[in-house]
Amino acid sequence: MKDATTTTQLDVEAIKQDFPLLSKGFHGESIVYLDSAASSQRPTCVIDTMSGYYNYSHANVHRGVYKLAEEADRLYENARMAAGRFIGAPDPAREIVFTKNATEAINLIAYSWGMHRLHEGDVVVVTEIDHHANLVPWIMLHEARGVELRVIPMRDDYLLDLDNLEETVDGAKLVACTLMSNVLGTIPPFRKIADAAHNAGAIVVADGAQLVPHAHVDVQELGCDFLAFSGHKMLGPTGIGVLWGKADLLDSMPPFMGGGGMILDVKFEGIVPAEIPTRFEAGTPPIAEAVGLTAAIEYLDKIGMDNIIRHDTELTAYTIESLKETFGGDITIMGPDTTENRGGVISLALKDIHPHDLAQVLDESNVCIRAGHHCAKPLMRRLGTSATARASFYLYNDTSDTDRLIEALAKAASIFG
Amino acid sequence: MSTSGLEDLYREIILDHYRNPRNRGSMDVPPSQRIEAYNPLCGDEVVVYLLENNGVLEDIKIEGQGCSISQSSASLMSAAVKGKTTEEARKIISDFKKLMSIHESRMEDTKDIDSGNANNSVDSDDTAADGINENEIGSADDAQMDVDLDAMGELAALQGVVRFPVRIKCAILAWNALAEGLDEIEVSADHPGTSK
Ligand SMILES: Cc1ncc(COP(=O)(O)O)c(C=O)c1O
Repeated sequence: MKDATTTTQLDVEAIKQDFPLLSKGFHGESIVYLDSAASSQRPTCVIDTMSGYYNYSHANVHRGVYKLAEEADRLYENARMAAGRFIGAPDPAREIVFTKNATEAINLIAYSWGMHRLHEGDVVVVTEIDHHANLVPWIMLHEARGVELRVIPMRDDYLLDLDNLEETVDGAKLVACTLMSNVLGTIPPFRKIADAAHNAGAIVVADGAQLVPHAHVDVQELGCDFLAFSGHKMLGPTGIGVLWGKADLLDSMPPFMGGGGMILDVKFEGIVPAEIPTRFEAGTPPIAEAVGLTAAIEYLDKIGMDNIIRHDTELTAYTIESLKETFGGDITIMGPDTTENRGGVISLALKDIHPHDLAQVLDESNVCIRAGHHCAKPLMRRLGTSATARASFYLYNDTSDTDRLIEALAKAASIFG
Repeated sequence: MSTSGLEDLYREIILDHYRNPRNRGSMDVPPSQRIEAYNPLCGDEVVVYLLENNGVLEDIKIEGQGCSISQSSASLMSAAVKGKTTEEARKIISDFKKLMSIHESRMEDTKDIDSGNANNSVDSDDTAADGINENEIGSADDAQMDVDLDAMGELAALQGVVRFPVRIKCAILAWNALAEGLDEIEVSADHPGTSK
């Protein structure tokens, strides 16, 4: 992340105009959308690009010889290049695999790499703050293969406890860690973890579902071996996710799913898998979604990722300060009390109002927040709760959204007073 | 959106039962029956203890934690069925489910609904609560119409929940546990000596 002097302030008013829901409202009423950590909205240009594709350029990829199919092919491969460039992939044409979402991308690693490389007693390291997407596939390997799981714990200040990092990763085969917690906003010192993991001979999986949409992420600077993220959290369509993997690692892996597109030859005695990345893309891929993702990436690039993370950080700082000022000791924020290494996700508790009741009252003011376990049950257990209320920001939010959040929270406080 | 929906949901009686839950606590098992119900949507948890004697629910205790709707509904339920016969309790359950616009026939079918439906997803943020399925939730009016609200007493305060379909799962949680407990009581009455 570059320093603040090289960034420029976002023109949120103008940005909102690109999102009809935010500029025109939900059933005609203005809405405060604070749930981008679950899924972002998408600008009109993404939707227009996709309908343009469907209207004029669609054919299946990898098979046709006619010009239309060639165009679809070109657009799909362009998306691969765009996604790769976005995260600094050295060889996008071979290293970017399109999946359904980040979850499928991580499962691809667990099934293809994990099922073939991990055996009973092998060690996989995960963290206490990770999302189920980056936990369950590894726990399933523990159950199916007898793989030993070790957990990097969270400290009371909501940061990872890395005091015993060396011992924890010692002898590990794989270390999986989020780039940003979807509950706490915590951005762990990933490079430090990756270096320790590599020293121990492990490969490193980064869950970029939360950070990639909000900050400049470069796989080479991160030092990861795999990176997974989803289109729908970064202004793109649902139904597409991205797995980046180092070319030599991907090349060493067997197919994940079998079917059309992922093979060179098929005989009843056996198959010859295709080269990477198509080896991992069985069946018709999400073509229109890839085209939409390209448009989303272009939009993000135009705004600038460094500007976006700075915007998120400033808005988060403003919001936390306003919350404390308004509610004093009645508000608890479950997340790091800093603006550094923290993204625009705020889990909060107001008095002892249940998160579900809080979200319900906020909805009455058209303020959309999420209440629940946020697919992070181990973290909920660590926090000693079954659910939190979470507000999350993106480039189309501003302080007016915070102000309406606080107004609505005050209303909840009075109902449950 | 008007605020009346919200006021209808969070009525004073509901907030009172939420803040001062009735029949809070536990009982020894046996002689009592202990049934747990869990709503993965918001992590709501209700534990119901039933002490039945000669067909009468002599005592009921509630433990658990969760949102105002799940906990107040459990409290209201405990007050409504305590001291009633199991038959009367069943009638109250059935009336309450009508109030929630859940059709009786579908309610009973729930156990037979095969594994292909949404009840199976465990991890999704909108999983149906145990025993209840979105499909069973009818329109607000048709079932609610034949409920005698006056006869329901304080329970009628929960009628506002119907306007918030997601919350019906919260309201019904304790009731599913009660129904399950009554089933168990019935089974052990049919097979004396086999109860725990
Ligand atoms: C940190 C994190 N990882 C992974 C995921 C999974 O993303 P998807 O559901 O798009 O696969 C999410 C989404 O909530 C997330 O927040």
